[in-house]
Amino acid sequence: MPSQRKAIALISGGLDSLLAARVMQEQGIYVEGINFFTGFCVEGHTHAIRKQDHAKPKRNNALWVAEQLGIRLHIIDIIEEYKEVVFNPRHGYGANLNPCLDCKIFMVNKAHHWVRDHGFDFVVTGEVIGQRPMSQRKDTMPVVSRESGAEDLLLRPLCAKNLPPSRPEREGWVDRERLYGFSGRSRKPQMALASQFGFLEYAQPAGGCCFLTDARYAAKLADLWASRGTKQYELDDIMLLKVGRHLRPRPHFKVIISREEGEGNFLKGYRNQYINIESISHPGPLALIDGEPSFDDIELASRLVARYGKGRESPRVELEVRDLEGHSYRLAVKPLSPSEVPEGWYL
Amino acid sequence: MSKVVVDARRLLCPLPVIRVQDKVAALMPGTRVEAVCTDPGALHDIPAWCRINGHHILETRTEGDEIIVILEVGNP
Ligand code: SF4
Repeated sequence: MPSQRKAIALISGGLDSLLAARVMQEQGIYVEGINFFTGFCVEGHTHAIRKQDHAKPKRNNALWVAEQLGIRLHIIDIIEEYKEVVFNPRHGYGANLNPCLDCKIFMVNKAHHWVRDHGFDFVVTGEVIGQRPMSQRKDTMPVVSRESGAEDLLLRPLCAKNLPPSRPEREGWVDRERLYGFSGRSRKPQMALASQFGFLEYAQPAGGCCFLTDARYAAKLADLWASRGTKQYELDDIMLLKVGRHLRPRPHFKVIISREEGEGNFLKGYRNQYINIESISHPGPLALIDGEPSFDDIELASRLVARYGKGRESPRVELEVRDLEGHSYRLAVKPLSPSEVPEGWYL
Repeated sequence: MSKVVVDARRLLCPLPVIRVQDKVAALMPGTRVEAVCTDPGALHDIPAWCRINGHHILETRTEGDEIIVILEVGNP
């Protein structure tokens, strides 16, 4: 009896990867899942930070999908290696700072390495031709196969019938007749297949699987690069872009202001890394300053922070400023009025 | 009984799961691991990861802002 073939499936947590893996299981393939954490993934981060959401923390969809499928899941931290994909995508960016095609190539390449290192046979993805404008088109499918190095060991069960047979099909490891020929942006075929498999609940990511597709987030990241004069980031930078209001009153510094208690608590964790400001005389937000502000800049930032606290209508608000050495001092300032905060400061 | 501690404080999910996963990969079955986290998502993400990978949750508890998850490495 031939030994059972093994596939590693890219599991994003969405419906397509759930179905692709399930189609393989139907054909008797042993499947394990792999999920990559880039730092930009749309997971429960903002949820985890915001106080009002603590009562109902969000589940991790990739883990949930793996549990529905009864498969093992390997979550891989690719934060460092992924930077090169974000900085210099060979195939360029999509609508925002999303390097989707390079991203897909990178992830399939990693999965292919996994196949080689762990004695698996092939890679499975939930890609569907025409589903995404940048990375899932008829002409980009062979690009992903080729440039990832996976070549014909990459199988897309949901649209395989629209593509040349992959090696798992040619060798008879899977039956091409029992694969699918989905194409286009419609979700109906996937939803029909989901109900056929008895999956009644699943995540429906809207724009994409990561923050790089989000216009506001991408604008904040572009601002970060412009202000530093180089495309660089650390994990803390990209986490902080998800939190609070970001305002840049001057080119050489920006202010991150918490919007509620949970965000304030989260920002507190960064007090040793950034100059920070907190209202003392009135309840108000915690703010971090990113950059190299002068004393006048700190005073301006304090007036801005005061504007978002309960003392915004008061003639004076007292705030505590802590510098990077941990020294603190107090400032009493007049909160900025709404008309003194130009629209252009908001990132 | 000795246990291995994973400090995942201030990390947001799925990083606590990744830290636990990477630590567990090098441990013998039966070893106890205590993960200390601050993201409440860890309360169900680490148990979910254990269930699908054949490890056993012994205890989950909250101490102030910290979430403690204790597991025993299985033999998957
Ligand atoms: S949306 Fe983000 S994670 Fe998804 S393919 Fe594009 S860049 Fe990669």
